[in-house]
Amino acid sequence: MELKTIKNYIPLFATIFVFILIYTMGAMLYDNFLSLRVFLNLFLDNAFVGVIAVGMTFVILSGGIDLSVGSVVAFVCILSAKLLEVYQINPFLVVLVCLLFGVFLGTVMGAVIHFFAVPDFLVTLVGMFLCRGLAYMVDLQSIPIRDELFLAVNTMGINFGGGVNFRLISIIFIMVWAAGVYVSHYTRFGRNIYALGGDVVSANLMGIPIGKTRILVYTMSSTLAALGGLLYAVYTLSGYAAAAQGLELDAIAAVVIGGTLLTGGVGFVEGTMVGVLILGLIQTFISFQGTLSSWWTNIIIGLLIFSFILLQRFLSLRSDTDQK
Amino acid sequence: MRKIISNEEFKRVLGPLAAFLLIMMFNMFFTPGFFNMQIKNGHLFGSFVDIFNRGAPVMIVAIGMTLVYATGGIDLSVGSIMAISGAVAAYMIRPDYTKGVIEYGTLPPLFAVILIPLLVAGLLGLWNGILVAYLKIQPIIATLILMVAGRGIAQLITQGQIITFEYPEFQFLGSGFLLGLPVSVILVIVMLVLVNFLTRKTALGIFIESVGSNPTASFYLGINSRVIKLFSYLFCGICAGLAGLIVTADIKGADANNCGLWYELDAIASVIIGGTVWGGRFTLFGTLLGAIIIQSITTTILSRGVAPEQILVFKAIVVMAVTLVQSSNMRKMIVDSVFVANRKTDKTVNKGLN
Repeated sequence: MELKTIKNYIPLFATIFVFILIYTMGAMLYDNFLSLRVFLNLFLDNAFVGVIAVGMTFVILSGGIDLSVGSVVAFVCILSAKLLEVYQINPFLVVLVCLLFGVFLGTVMGAVIHFFAVPDFLVTLVGMFLCRGLAYMVDLQSIPIRDELFLAVNTMGINFGGGVNFRLISIIFIMVWAAGVYVSHYTRFGRNIYALGGDVVSANLMGIPIGKTRILVYTMSSTLAALGGLLYAVYTLSGYAAAAQGLELDAIAAVVIGGTLLTGGVGFVEGTMVGVLILGLIQTFISFQGTLSSWWTNIIIGLLIFSFILLQRFLSLRSDTDQK
Repeated sequence: MRKIISNEEFKRVLGPLAAFLLIMMFNMFFTPGFFNMQIKNGHLFGSFVDIFNRGAPVMIVAIGMTLVYATGGIDLSVGSIMAISGAVAAYMIRPDYTKGVIEYGTLPPLFAVILIPLLVAGLLGLWNGILVAYLKIQPIIATLILMVAGRGIAQLITQGQIITFEYPEFQFLGSGFLLGLPVSVILVIVMLVLVNFLTRKTALGIFIESVGSNPTASFYLGINSRVIKLFSYLFCGICAGLAGLIVTADIKGADANNCGLWYELDAIASVIIGGTVWGGRFTLFGTLLGAIIIQSITTTILSRGVAPEQILVFKAIVVMAVTLVQSSNMRKMIVDSVFVANRKTDKTVNKGLN
């Protein structure tokens, strides 16, 4: 028992080690890598990924997967831009509409997965293509956002002086993450998710409401993806239907790197934060390096996620008996 | 005749066949000139012929996807593998293009331009297979890695540019005609006959279905499920590579960003519409019909002046509808609501076992 508990923490320690390693490497190679500004920008640039990764952590903990998040971001992003700029709708209403879309989509996907026993990847894959198509239906071109509220949220923040600004977007991300940590450790819903991901049959026999839990997990993931889309719109101040392609892998990568087992039931929302920061560090590293092209980001993230899955495989106690 | 109707495979494709006829009937009445065919330079042209011509890459990818799907897996990386194989082919024809050199240099022989990209695609498929079969990573995650990283690799090969080329013998693969038929369609027929022979005239097909529907039972039967899975991913990779070559040869250029984009949905949709069960029985003819249906939806919508990106919405709806109809729980619910029987105990059985 004791050994198993330690094993659950090993990926998390590995993650923290990798984070420190990359950070030290960057600090030794480049002059301004260690500055407060670079550190705070990690939270800002990855706020939308982070918010989505928190939702994805719960989905993966429950033993599922949500592939639709990237497209939800694109759809929400272009929808909000269109509603704000073309139809001149009140920004608060726009935010509400976007979040409600997330709630609706997630609940429908969760319900289809649960009630019709359709594989989760298939349902969320359809959600992925549906939202991407819907995004293109809203507009094929990109729309710049000039709404005052969105502009205000973009620039708002705690000023540290010397151009160092801890922006509201980053604070929202950290708040969402803190709420996620609280839900996972201190609520019945959080424990139900772990039970569901650990073993569905036992969870059912224990009387845990698996249907409600599973559907709510997808509702939460899609709602957070919608929030991520809004953050993305605020951050880039534009809406574009082709935005955020491959974001679902970034989110999954952050979760896996953060030490959550892909098979479900084991992992921490805390680790996801470190995972997100590592992804951010890699991007910062590539932009500091200067000569590496943007496609290297995709390749390196692919390699990193692969090595962490490999680490999990070696640590996983189940693998020996699992014949699948 | 009676033998054909009572045939198991025929029964499975009955639904898709009806759907196809429905789309064709819609076109007959609402899309003017859909069935008009012309003979230009000795080749058939027209919207209807276009379905088969344009649909050929999807059909080939879908054939490979059928096998993967039947083993209880999925391959999301097919689009990226297409992009990589196209990029490799174009790079071989014009290796210095990315450095800004316009001259071609010596052209590599045709068989190399075709075989080496296929080899690369096969290796990528093998990589997927190893991740799934030997490292036991869930197929969706294992292939997602290559789906995202693969496009990066393709961009790396083309250095983010679109490599255009002129190589008539190679272009023949995408836009040539043989005996009045497009070469791509002939390739589909060849692949179909080959796979049908491999899976239905040898035990391979039964092994694949067995591994997919009950891995534990297959293990005790002595079926090497790892090799079967490895083979299906390897083959799927090669199929995707071939499709990538056809697309690249057709447009005379390797576009790492757009080659094979969204093909994974088309291929999965074709497989599902065709009636193949996730982890279980598969039908190649159903898949072919599924691909034809997907392509006829695309052609129909395109001929009505809708932007190609927006077609995703229709495809997603079709896939969801077909999946729901095939879901046993859905059928049970309909039966329940018709007979008003209280079968609560039955419902709990299927909970969470997906």
